[in-house]
Amino acid sequence: MITLDTIMQGILLGGLYALFAAGLSLVFGIMRLVNLAHGDLIVLAAYLILVIASVLGLHPFLAVLVAAPVMFAVGWLLQTHVLNRVLGDDLLPPLLVTFGLSVVIQNALLEGFSANSQKLAAGTVETQSLQIGSLMVGVMPLLTLATAAIVIFALNRLFYTTALGRAFRATSDDAVTARLMGIRPNRIFAIATGLALVVASIAAVYLGMRANFDPSIGPARLLYAFEAVIIGGLGSLWGTLAGGIVIGLAQTMGAAVNPEWQILTGHIAFVLVLLIRPRGLFPRAND
Amino acid sequence: MNLSSLATGRSSVMILSVVIVATLFALPFFAPRTVIQDLFGVLTLLVLAMNWNMLAGFAGLVSVGQQAFVGIGAYAIFAAVILWGLDPLVGILIGGLVAALFAVPMAFFTFRLNGAYFAIGTWVVADIARLAAGQWKALGGGTGTSLPKGTTKDMFGVDAIKHLLDVSTAAATDALTYWIALVLALVLFVASYLFLRSRIGLGLQAIRDNANAARSVGVDPVRIKAAIFILSGLGIGLCGALMFLQITRVTPDAAFSVIDWTAFVIFVVVIGGIGTLPGPIVGVAVFYCLQRLMADYGTVYLIILGLLGIGIMLFARRGLWGTFVDRTGLDLLPLRHMAPTRSGPSALPPLPATQTLA
Repeated sequence: MITLDTIMQGILLGGLYALFAAGLSLVFGIMRLVNLAHGDLIVLAAYLILVIASVLGLHPFLAVLVAAPVMFAVGWLLQTHVLNRVLGDDLLPPLLVTFGLSVVIQNALLEGFSANSQKLAAGTVETQSLQIGSLMVGVMPLLTLATAAIVIFALNRLFYTTALGRAFRATSDDAVTARLMGIRPNRIFAIATGLALVVASIAAVYLGMRANFDPSIGPARLLYAFEAVIIGGLGSLWGTLAGGIVIGLAQTMGAAVNPEWQILTGHIAFVLVLLIRPRGLFPRAND
Repeated sequence: MNLSSLATGRSSVMILSVVIVATLFALPFFAPRTVIQDLFGVLTLLVLAMNWNMLAGFAGLVSVGQQAFVGIGAYAIFAAVILWGLDPLVGILIGGLVAALFAVPMAFFTFRLNGAYFAIGTWVVADIARLAAGQWKALGGGTGTSLPKGTTKDMFGVDAIKHLLDVSTAAATDALTYWIALVLALVLFVASYLFLRSRIGLGLQAIRDNANAARSVGVDPVRIKAAIFILSGLGIGLCGALMFLQITRVTPDAAFSVIDWTAFVIFVVVIGGIGTLPGPIVGVAVFYCLQRLMADYGTVYLIILGLLGIGIMLFARRGLWGTFVDRTGLDLLPLRHMAPTRSGPSALPPLPATQTLA
């Protein structure tokens, strides 16, 4: 049955999907690059957090502080040495390179960590819940949604109020003119991908604390993230949050009717939104 | 370049290909069964690769959802045989047709998405198809089902082949599926060549090179692309039905596997040379050798394939075949048309006045 509780769960799940999607949305907004390895990079970050947490004996929330700069460096290097070489009018090379990367990351993780599923142990916070009205709401899902809102707020502030954000927007609008103004697009792109992977690390810590993960789950996360971005409208970060919530709601409602339908109803919601509003709910850019 | 040497080159290639094709057809008469089975795998992969190459390399439709058609073809043949009691050969045709039918709404939906978003859109649709197949309880739901024992034995033509080759029933089945795969691959190859050399095919490549310019001379990109998409649904559906007839067992995860039916195919095409006609053949050959060399390493093999694909996109975008053509200038299957020969204005015969008016 679809109850108020189901709807609440759906909205909270949407927070996680918005976190998956924020990095994708950021990179697409700035350089029109769709990173097919985004889901696998999130899983990679989750393993990195797992390793840091177990080696240094840290709580996942502290381990992510160590993992985030590492992931920033990974993003920077990836963009500088690989992705910048394939950006251009032809869409094929970046797509195929990121697809190749996705397969490489998945199988490298499989080689290194086996197919066994892992989990980030978060301690007591995992099981705590709050009473809101007549509903019991888990602290962890609530924290996820709050983090998603904070991340998106911060990215928006960065975009619209800082010099770096101005450079992002300028490069996105017209890379050639931006270059004339002394901006180096390749460096801007490297920072953007680095930032996207910092967001991916934050997504990873919640992914890993919420449920089990293994090397093969990346592509499915990519699909949810992508659906959230498209439903929200390309280039709109708050739209991405809304899109994540739409997918989260659809999935929880589907699962409430029949557990096997969870993913299916999410996909169908995506198709329906796109049939009714081809440019998403809050379209910003004309692409 | 010397035209006459190119012509001799081409005719010797022609003779060579006829010999190769004839040998391939005659193979079940003398080759051991394992060779036939291996070649069956190679040929079906080639069919998938040629289809994806038409989509991505020529029509600019980078789809990551081709496993949808393999899966639908597979489920259609299982339904035809198990639920409706039809002959597997009819089932293969049904597999292709159902997949082509499914391509229509899929195109309608995914063509709204541009470029990169088209890629993930097709992936989502394929995932919907996978999850829906898992809900088909009559065919085993999420755990899948097998063809009843003896299905392939009673298949039309198996008996005749058994007598013709004087082999066991199982070997005769292998020979039959092998011949079907060979015919499918040949038809697809010749059809692709003729299509790309045709007026519409030229329009297609014009769209890929410059959509606006193509549109301005009257090429309708959406219609041609939709036609290619639906035809590739047919080809991949036939191939999927054939492959799972050989496997005799279907599950949603195996039939709609993105790694097996799309990732490998993408690597094959990228390595061989995307947007070239012989590219998939070269790619399949390289892929097969790599697989033989490294089959025991499992995941490492996939990592190497992925890295190879990335490396080719970075350093030799046109793949092995495209690079070979660029280096040597020897294009054995040119898709380009010669530019109309134009001599200087003085060499032109004077035009009669009536002709200029017409």
